[in-house]
Amino acid sequence: MAKTESTFKNMVLSLTLISLGASASLGFVYVLTKEPIEISLMNKKLNAIKEVVPDFTNNPNEEMLRLPTGEGDSLDVYPAKKDGEIIGYAVNTYSKSGFSGYIGLMAGFKPDGTIINITVLEQKETPGLGTKMTDPGFNDQFNDKNPGAFPLKVKKDGGQVDAITAATISSRAFCDAIQRAYTTIQKGGLI
Amino acid sequence: MSQMLNFTKGFFKENPILVLVLGTCPTLATSSSALNGMGMGIATTFVLIGSNVVISLLSGVIPDKVRIPAFVVIIASFVTIVDLLMQAYVPGLYEKLGIFIPLIVVNCIVLGRAEAYACKNSVLSSFVDGAGMGLGFTMALGILGSFREIVGSGSIFGYKFIPGDGILVFILAPGAFWALGYLIALINRLKRTSKA
Repeated sequence: MAKTESTFKNMVLSLTLISLGASASLGFVYVLTKEPIEISLMNKKLNAIKEVVPDFTNNPNEEMLRLPTGEGDSLDVYPAKKDGEIIGYAVNTYSKSGFSGYIGLMAGFKPDGTIINITVLEQKETPGLGTKMTDPGFNDQFNDKNPGAFPLKVKKDGGQVDAITAATISSRAFCDAIQRAYTTIQKGGLI
Repeated sequence: MSQMLNFTKGFFKENPILVLVLGTCPTLATSSSALNGMGMGIATTFVLIGSNVVISLLSGVIPDKVRIPAFVVIIASFVTIVDLLMQAYVPGLYEKLGIFIPLIVVNCIVLGRAEAYACKNSVLSSFVDGAGMGLGFTMALGILGSFREIVGSGSIFGYKFIPGDGILVFILAPGAFWALGYLIALINRLKRTSKA
């Protein structure tokens, strides 16, 4: 096969054509996958909400509130209602102080501020250590606790939270995220 | 070389990880469990086959002096396609592999095969080469991932058969180096024995 010569015209032309072909195929795949990606993200969110505030009959996603944290950003709060009455709030909260940065949680609160359940949406902690925050053994200790009377700090810092062995930083970040959720909905006047 | 030989060379004789030792960064990072390792391997296989075929098709058209940028554009497109597809249809796995999917772009195996093989051979041979190399990569990642998962967390494909924690270090970065080191040593040993 004769090789195309490396003249300026040929080089520009071939690279342009290849880039055009590449963008066309990417555009096609993007359109193809746009909807499934949105659906899978939405399902993930709804499943998380279901886990932390069970038994709602409304669509919490449609009634989402965006409350300021007081730190210059805001959290998404999903009110869960049963027969028109508020039974709890699911708060999409986060902490940036994890061992590997960002941790995203969905925390469910009763209208009086008691924690119902917590589920981890996103974390990059050390496998086998910090990742234990997704285990019920760790995060069930928060259930039925009211952060008003239950200091959200690990025992090392004078609180009542049993930290994960060898993952104190991850445990602190977890508490930090819940505290942020609690403070935010408290400031927002929801509890 | 017959196509059969061309296919099987990726598994043993020229295995990208165990013999050529290319693309060790994603290897070490994603082989913490059998499923992650194999998921990464399959994603890479798809990219390898796609880029090998397209590059071998276009090899006559691409001028020599701009072949590397052209290869990179083609490879990057395939990686983005895999990225979108995985995000849409296997979100669980996509989340676990995370940053390492986009990083397939810079995986040396992909560009290496494009430069060393696909731009000089026919479309069919390039396809077979891509499939063989990709599956060889998947196999190596699968072995490494299974070993690290069994020793490190006492489970296989997420199914726990040893209660309690395993030897945690094997899930972490140092364990990855050890496991890979011993695996390469084992392969070299086997090779020497089979020659003698």
